[in-house]
Amino acid sequence: MSKDSAKGGFWKRLVSHQMFIPLVALILLAVINLVHDPSFFKITLGTNNAGFPVLSGSLITILDYGSELAILAIGMTLVTAASGGQDISVGATIAIAGSAMLRVLCGGDSRPDALAAPIIVGFIVACLAGMACGAFNGMLVAYFKIQPMIATLILFTAGRSIAAWINNNELPIVPDPKFGYFGSFIPGIPIPTTVFIAAACIIVIALVLRFTNLGLYTQAVGINESSSRLNGINPNFIKFITFVILGLCVAVAALIKVSRLSTINYSVIAKDIEMDAILAVALGGNSLAGGKFNMWASILGAYIIQFLTTTLYKFNVSSDALAAYKAVVVIILVVVSAPVFRDAISKLTKRKAKTQKEVG
Amino acid sequence: MRKIDKSFPGVRALQGVDFTLCEGEIHALMGENGAGKSTLIKVLTGVYGKDGGTISLKDQGEVTIHSPQDAQNLGISTVYQEITLCPNLTVAENMYIGRTKGTIQHWKKMVQDADKILQNLDIPAKASQQLASCSIAVQQMVAIARAVDMDCKVLILDEPTSSLDEQEVEKLFGLMRDLKARGVGIIFVTHFLDQVYEVCDKITVLRDGTLVGEYEIKDLPRVQLVAKMLGKEMDDLSDIKSEQNTYQGDDADTKVFEAENLQSNAGIKPFDFYIKKGEVNGFTGLLGSGRSESVRAIFGADRVLQGTVKKNGKVVKIAKPLDAMKNGIAYLPEDRKVDGIIGDLSVRENIILALQVLTGFFRPFSKSQANKFADEYIKKLSIKTASADTPIKSLSGGNQQKVILARWLLTHPEYLILDEPTRGIDVGTKVDIQKLVLELASEGTSVTFISSETDEMLRTCSRLIVMRDRKMVGELSGDDLTQSKIMSTIAGGESES
Amino acid sequence: MKKKLLSVLLTGVVAAGMLAGCGQTAAAPAATEAAAPAATEAAAPAAEPAAEPAATEEAEAEAPAASGELIKVGIINNDPNESGYRTANDADLKAMFTEENGYDASFAYSLKNDEQIAAAQKFIQDEVDYLLLSAADTAGWDSVLQDANDAGINVILFDRTIDADPSLYVASIVSDMDKEGENAVNWLADQGLDEYDIIHIQGVMGSAAQQGRTKAVDDKCAAEDNWNLVEQQTAEWNAEKAQQIVQSVIDSGKKFNVIYAENDDMAKGAVAALDAAGITHGVNGDVIVMGFDCNEWALEELLDGDWNFDQQCNPFQASYIDEIIKKLQNGETISEKVIVMDEKGFDASDITQDDVDTYGI
Repeated sequence: MSKDSAKGGFWKRLVSHQMFIPLVALILLAVINLVHDPSFFKITLGTNNAGFPVLSGSLITILDYGSELAILAIGMTLVTAASGGQDISVGATIAIAGSAMLRVLCGGDSRPDALAAPIIVGFIVACLAGMACGAFNGMLVAYFKIQPMIATLILFTAGRSIAAWINNNELPIVPDPKFGYFGSFIPGIPIPTTVFIAAACIIVIALVLRFTNLGLYTQAVGINESSSRLNGINPNFIKFITFVILGLCVAVAALIKVSRLSTINYSVIAKDIEMDAILAVALGGNSLAGGKFNMWASILGAYIIQFLTTTLYKFNVSSDALAAYKAVVVIILVVVSAPVFRDAISKLTKRKAKTQKEVG
Repeated sequence: MRKIDKSFPGVRALQGVDFTLCEGEIHALMGENGAGKSTLIKVLTGVYGKDGGTISLKDQGEVTIHSPQDAQNLGISTVYQEITLCPNLTVAENMYIGRTKGTIQHWKKMVQDADKILQNLDIPAKASQQLASCSIAVQQMVAIARAVDMDCKVLILDEPTSSLDEQEVEKLFGLMRDLKARGVGIIFVTHFLDQVYEVCDKITVLRDGTLVGEYEIKDLPRVQLVAKMLGKEMDDLSDIKSEQNTYQGDDADTKVFEAENLQSNAGIKPFDFYIKKGEVNGFTGLLGSGRSESVRAIFGADRVLQGTVKKNGKVVKIAKPLDAMKNGIAYLPEDRKVDGIIGDLSVRENIILALQVLTGFFRPFSKSQANKFADEYIKKLSIKTASADTPIKSLSGGNQQKVILARWLLTHPEYLILDEPTRGIDVGTKVDIQKLVLELASEGTSVTFISSETDEMLRTCSRLIVMRDRKMVGELSGDDLTQSKIMSTIAGGESES
Repeated sequence: MKKKLLSVLLTGVVAAGMLAGCGQTAAAPAATEAAAPAATEAAAPAAEPAAEPAATEEAEAEAPAASGELIKVGIINNDPNESGYRTANDADLKAMFTEENGYDASFAYSLKNDEQIAAAQKFIQDEVDYLLLSAADTAGWDSVLQDANDAGINVILFDRTIDADPSLYVASIVSDMDKEGENAVNWLADQGLDEYDIIHIQGVMGSAAQQGRTKAVDDKCAAEDNWNLVEQQTAEWNAEKAQQIVQSVIDSGKKFNVIYAENDDMAKGAVAALDAAGITHGVNGDVIVMGFDCNEWALEELLDGDWNFDQQCNPFQASYIDEIIKKLQNGETISEKVIVMDEKGFDASDITQDDVDTYGI
């Protein structure tokens, strides 16, 4: 009897766990692909045009292209938790950070022969630019009490123009092939560099959540700001800092994005990525109204979105319908992970368990 | 209308409870938190479905109520503790919103009708006024007016008085008596015993989801009512006094905290204040007299405009709550829901929060450490929760309050400020908290205890600071600590110093 | 109250930011304009390199308009940041409509139709002589253009057509996207491959460029048995999406030997995927790479032999417009309402550095 109830408890806990639905979605996508074409899971070792060994396969592609989104999901989760709103300027600030990086690396010349500054300097400048954008958004949200979506609308609107202005509307191309390593492969290492970068970010945030009170503070502020203040937390600063952290995530994502092709296109780089980042948070079952969050679920959500995108390309769905397919899947996932739906399901399972018990 | 009769066998929330309400009577529904009052009301108003039993009305016989709309159509209206109107609409709009059959609204007529009803019930509000511009009490009355106008025969008032001051309560009672004279049956849910005896005709007591009994008000003295609610024939309230042993240390006379000419931006006049080691003092006065604002100023919860705070004679800077916490001050805020609990977080996280903040951002407690703290205080304060992982919002009001108390006790404060710790919680917990306060004081903690219930203050405090109109108007201690003396000081009597 | 004030202020800031673009007037001392370019007839696909874009740089001095008075033009364009094409287009217009050339030009930029219409209304109030328009959207222009006509303003469309009565504008200078597509497909057919297994990467669905460039491929694939579409997907002009699409085809192990990308950026993304997978491309490579728009860097790729073909999409409409305005000023009538610009295709085998310098945008 006690064993039975423990088992029931385990199932109930599993089903009600926040990671459950994203995981089920992931498995479902994997199964669909497996049935459609088992070679989906094949990973092969080949050589690229530079003559170095690289791994390739759909799973590698998903990990590779999901990196930026996973990194952004980290920052977006924190912003959502603390402020109860979302930053919609992420794509535009990627353009700004990327543009600032290129400006430093190319020294204002659109077709330089050599790097004008070491890559690390370019990256640091990108971080500063990203954090400055984050600080601007954070200031408006935390200290001027503007709704996050409205506050970030400013950079959303103006960001790409600012990015173009930073480079005088030129589209510089980085001459050094080393810069391209961040978005592709380091010679001799067959795993995409982006995977390492994403893993590093995930490890860093894991350490931060483990060894600081960032998680507790952001959640407390997101749930009850007034109460947090009376417990000695500075809610404004916490909100502000989450935006700055997101700015840092943006800079890392910008490094990858710009590095992939060693150039930038202000109007389309990271276009609509803010929506995917917000979606990743929602798919992870986190409330977009702020408060409690599960970082790992958000990151998983990011990879699910990439999984879905790759799957849709793979199925070669018609271009006109691509967005619609994506929307349908997303609607299903979001509805299924909504608390209302979960409650209904748990009620249903309870009833079932009850009837089973009666029969038994 | 003769009889509403129902019983629900089955779930433990309510077990076979009968309840009868007559025309033109005010019927108090009493019980501790979790006794089933809310559940009973929610079943009656269709918020919850019932698992068994029947509801009958005088004229219709047995009726089924599936939704609040059904209840409303049958003439059952509810006014909740939290006002559920829209503050940004006008009074008239609030009274008619969601009730019109068609889509077309005759605004002019609506305002006229509303004015007529307001006048009729002697409610001091204009129909065209924005609801937010009315006082809480008037808003409460508007909610009642809305209910009354819906031809209600049964009016349920769920803790309507908890945010009102005495005069406002008096006004509300006037309105209730008026409605009673018109034949409306009123179910009155409250924690204030005084109010029950002032206005009610009958009392029904619930405990643990079962019916204890229905009594005529004159047949049930207070002490017995409390006993029935608690389910024990004990005189816990008077026990407290005998337990009161004050702090006996050598430093009993040192002023631990002193405030001079302190003023915050919350609109209070500058005031002086002190508290000695192991002393329990209190702020008393009507609601809005500045009791909470004073302690908030000491804690740095509002922006301090001027004045100094001294700790053991040394000036300390308290600009924000964290400063106060670092100086050993703890503050249990007046509004538990808004300022106290962090609803979605677990009991454990809520308990460790303040100490965690004090420990520092970069030094989080390990899981086992946090669990140890949580378990210790869950046991110490006998907090009723499924586990330390349960979100605090799913606890009852009294247990939530205990969690907040645990949060501050965990920081081992030198000075504990309790602002209305007993509001809206069950009698049992009230007693527990008062006992705890005295126990802490005897161990050397200084406590400021604020309560709307004067007997609680008299029982616990050795010194009372009286406030009126956002100003300190007097201080009572020793033999002056009597109900009548307090009243006269509040009212502006001779004891003003 | 404080909050309200602030939000008002912020809206002001945003609005000011948006308007900043509108107020700009072309003051840059640009190259003085050459004599009116020659050919305006509908150009044949294999037309000789037309003189007009080059002419802009040949800096042949010419006196301002005969009347001595500046011709007032209001130019409504899409945001120059939209693409390299648009940047070149804007720069070309700014170089042409200068005081030296006898123009008093005002520019307004927006990717949104309603903002463009508002800008048009402002220009009508300012009593410009000519209204030059590259509309964000094809619909909704009738009433404002009618107003312009009533005010005696000549409307000239460039780059994009609109759904309005042709009587509302005097001329329309456009690229023929269908022809661009045919041009590219014809070149591909001339390569004489046994099998054409094409990855077709489309632009934003519904845009004129996408429709024209897609149609040619669709028609050819329907007509010929040995032309197959391995993958046809939109990357929305985005290089990185193109990279992902090609990557997913590679991952699935399907065979292909042609990449037909509807702009240069997407071709670049596709090539990045090929490089990562160790697939050779360009002249003597396994995969033929085709792009559109003739960005300078793209033509350099051709020169290096990494790509095979790039089809021009001519952004240099300014000289055509200038010619029309001159004609109208002289009282001449415009015989052809729709003027299609010359657009060339470039093959990696015969492109020269000169071509790169001349046609690269």
